[in-house]
Amino acid sequence: MSRRQPQLYSESHLPPGEFEEEQLISGTGEGDEIMEDAHGEEEEGYSSSTPTSTLTWISWFCSLPGHEYYCEVTEDFIEDDFNLTGLNSMVPFWKEAMEMVLDVEPDEETNKIPDVSIVEASAELLYGLVHQRYILTRMGLQAMVEKYEQGIFGACPRVFCNGTHVVPCGRTDIPGHDTVKLYCPNCSDIYTPPSSRFQGVDGAFFGTTFPHLFFQSYRELAPAPFWKPTSGHSSSPTSSRSVSPEAEVPDENGQPGQPKRVKPPPFVNPNPNGGQKRPAGRVYQPKIYGFRVSEQAKSGPRMLWMRLRPQDPEELDMVDWRGRFYDDEDDEYDHEDGAEEDRPMEDFDPDGHDDDDEEEEEEEEEEAHGGYPPQGRTRADFRPPSQSPPSSAPPRTPRDSPVVQAALGSKLTVRGAEGKGKAPGILRPIPATAAT
Amino acid sequence: MYTYRGIHSSWISWFLSSKGNEYFCEVEEDYILDRFNLTGLNTEVSNYSQALDLITDQLADDDIQDELRGALDVQARLLYGLIHARWIVTARGLAKMLEKYKRSDFGRCPRVLCQSQPLLPVGLTDVPYEKSVKLYCGRCEDLYSPKSSRHGSIDGAYFGTTFPHLLFLVYPNLIPPKSGPVDMTQVSSGTTTGSDGKRRKRDEAQEPTPEVIGEINTASVALKAERYKPKIFGFQVHEIAKLHRWQEAVRDRQVARLEELDI
Repeated sequence: MSRRQPQLYSESHLPPGEFEEEQLISGTGEGDEIMEDAHGEEEEGYSSSTPTSTLTWISWFCSLPGHEYYCEVTEDFIEDDFNLTGLNSMVPFWKEAMEMVLDVEPDEETNKIPDVSIVEASAELLYGLVHQRYILTRMGLQAMVEKYEQGIFGACPRVFCNGTHVVPCGRTDIPGHDTVKLYCPNCSDIYTPPSSRFQGVDGAFFGTTFPHLFFQSYRELAPAPFWKPTSGHSSSPTSSRSVSPEAEVPDENGQPGQPKRVKPPPFVNPNPNGGQKRPAGRVYQPKIYGFRVSEQAKSGPRMLWMRLRPQDPEELDMVDWRGRFYDDEDDEYDHEDGAEEDRPMEDFDPDGHDDDDEEEEEEEEEEAHGGYPPQGRTRADFRPPSQSPPSSAPPRTPRDSPVVQAALGSKLTVRGAEGKGKAPGILRPIPATAAT
Repeated sequence: MYTYRGIHSSWISWFLSSKGNEYFCEVEEDYILDRFNLTGLNTEVSNYSQALDLITDQLADDDIQDELRGALDVQARLLYGLIHARWIVTARGLAKMLEKYKRSDFGRCPRVLCQSQPLLPVGLTDVPYEKSVKLYCGRCEDLYSPKSSRHGSIDGAYFGTTFPHLLFLVYPNLIPPKSGPVDMTQVSSGTTTGSDGKRRKRDEAQEPTPEVIGEINTASVALKAERYKPKIFGFQVHEIAKLHRWQEAVRDRQVARLEELDI
C-alpha cells in the first residue's frame, strides 16, 4: 500500500484536475496504479452512470440492488487516516479491505487470504463505517441532499405526512445490531423500508445522527413544529384539544399576518433556527358512522397527541422542561393529581431504548427521589417571560445550541436533556442504585 | 366463458383469490340475497341487477353480449365492494375480518416502534371513487398507505371509515398494547373468548361481557407508548424535543382527564 499517503483531505474542494496532478507528483513509483486511480477519480466527478468500463469498487458497490441509499464516498475521504480513526480495530482484514475499496492492486505477499468473500464482507463493513462518518460532513450531506430531493429514499408511509420524503437512519451506531430505517421529518418517527431488499443494509452505516444533522443543515426541508389548519374545519382535533387556554396567548410582536386562517403564501417560522417548511399537520380522527369516537370510550383515541402540533409557536413555550403545562401545575397540584403527573415522566424512558438506558434511569430515579421538591416551586421560576422569543427560556439553555459538532461518528453519551435543569448534586448518587 | 369457471366454484371465490384482492373477505351469500342489506345500492351501481346476478352466479353466459362483459365486471366489483363495506361492520363480518387480522393479511405497521403490529383496512370516505384504501394501526392509531401498489389502488369505500374502530369497540380486549412485542396468541385467545362471549350473549343472558370489559382500563395506556427521540451525537434536537414535550403535556392532560373519569 504505497499510495499517496500525503493527506489530500484539506484540498478536498479542489477540482479533479488538480487532483490528478497531485497524484502524479506523489506517486511517481507505480505507473499502472496511477492510471487506474485517475480513472476512478474522473468517475467520481460524474455519477456511476458514466459508461466507463473500469468501474470503481465504490460505484459498483453503490449501484448494487439494495444499496440505493448509499452515497459514494470520495476516495480522498477514505485515504485520510484521520477519518478512519478507530475503525481498524472494528474491521477484520483491514489492509485487504482498504485495498479492495480503493481498487489498489494487492501486494504480492498479501495473497494468503484464500477466500475473496471474506475480504468482501470486510470491505462492505469498512465502507459502511466510513459512510456513516462521511455523510455527516459537508460534502456527504450535499451528496445525500441530492438523493433526498430526487426521492431516492422514498416517502413516509403515514397517510397524513402527504408523501414527505424520508432519509435513511440507524437506531444504533454500532454495526451488526439493526437494519436501516427511514426517518420522516414531518412526524419525526422511524419506519421500516417498504422493500425487503433493504433488510441486508446495516443501520449503523447511516448512523443515529445523520437524519437530524441533515435537517439541521437544510432547515428549509425541515417542517416547523406548529401548524394551523388553512380552513377552520372542525375535523382537526387541535381545535377541540388545545384551543382552550392557549389560544388566548397574545400574538407575539410582529406576526399578526401569519395566523388567523389567511393562508400566508410564504411560510414563516418565527424561530429563525427552526424548521422552515410548512408541515403536513393533519391528524387522523377515528370515526364510527361519521361520529368521532369519544376519548371516553375504552377503544377511544389515545395517541392523537403523538402527531399533534400546536397552532402557534408560542404554545410550545407553555410547557416546562419536563413536559407539563404551566397552568396545570397550579390547578392540579393537590396530592393525587401530583402523583398522577409524576407517572408520565417515568414512562418517557422507552424512547431511548438503545444505549442510554443508564441516563434514562437517572431521570427516572430523579423523578422518584428529587421529583417532589421542585414541584413546590412557583411557576414563576419556570415560566419564561411570555413576550420573549422561544429560544430564551432560561432552563433550556443547554439545548439551545442545536447542532453539536463533536468528533465524527462518535456517539457521545450525554445525559438526556430532561435532567439538565437539576442540580447535579441530586443526580450523583443515583447511578449506583439505578443498576436494576 | 368466465375465467373463474372451472377452478372456482363461484364468482366470489374467484374474486377473492385474484391478485390484489387479498384484503377482501367473503361476504356470505345469504347476506347478499337479503335485499334489505342492499338498500340504496341500485343508485350507486349501473346495471345493478345484472351485476348482482353475476356476483351470485345467477347470470347465464349467453345473457349478455361480449362488449358489455367488461363493463359489467367493473360494476360487479363495485357492487361487491359496497356490499363488503356493509358486511364487515356486521357481527359475522367482523368475525371474518378478525380471522384475517390474526393472519396479518392486511400487513404490518411500518412504524418501527409498533413492532410489526398487524394492520386493519380503512377508508377515508364512504363514497366510492374518492380515496384509496388505507391501513389503520391499532397501536399508534395512525393511518398508513399500503406498501404494494396493487393494494394502493383498491377503493377505500369498499372498507369504509367505520370498520377498524367498530372492531375495537366490539372486541375491546383486542386493543393492542402500546408497548412490548405483538402477542398474537393473546389476540387469538382473546378472539375466541370475544366471539364466544358475543355468541353467548345473544343466546343467553348478557353476563360474560361486562366482566371482560371491566378488566380493561385504557385511561393511561398512552403513557406506555414508545417514541423515537431524534438525537445528534447523543443530544436531543432542540425544536423537536420542545414539540415532544408539548405533545407529552397534551397526552398527560388527556390521561389526567380520563383517570378522573376512571375509564
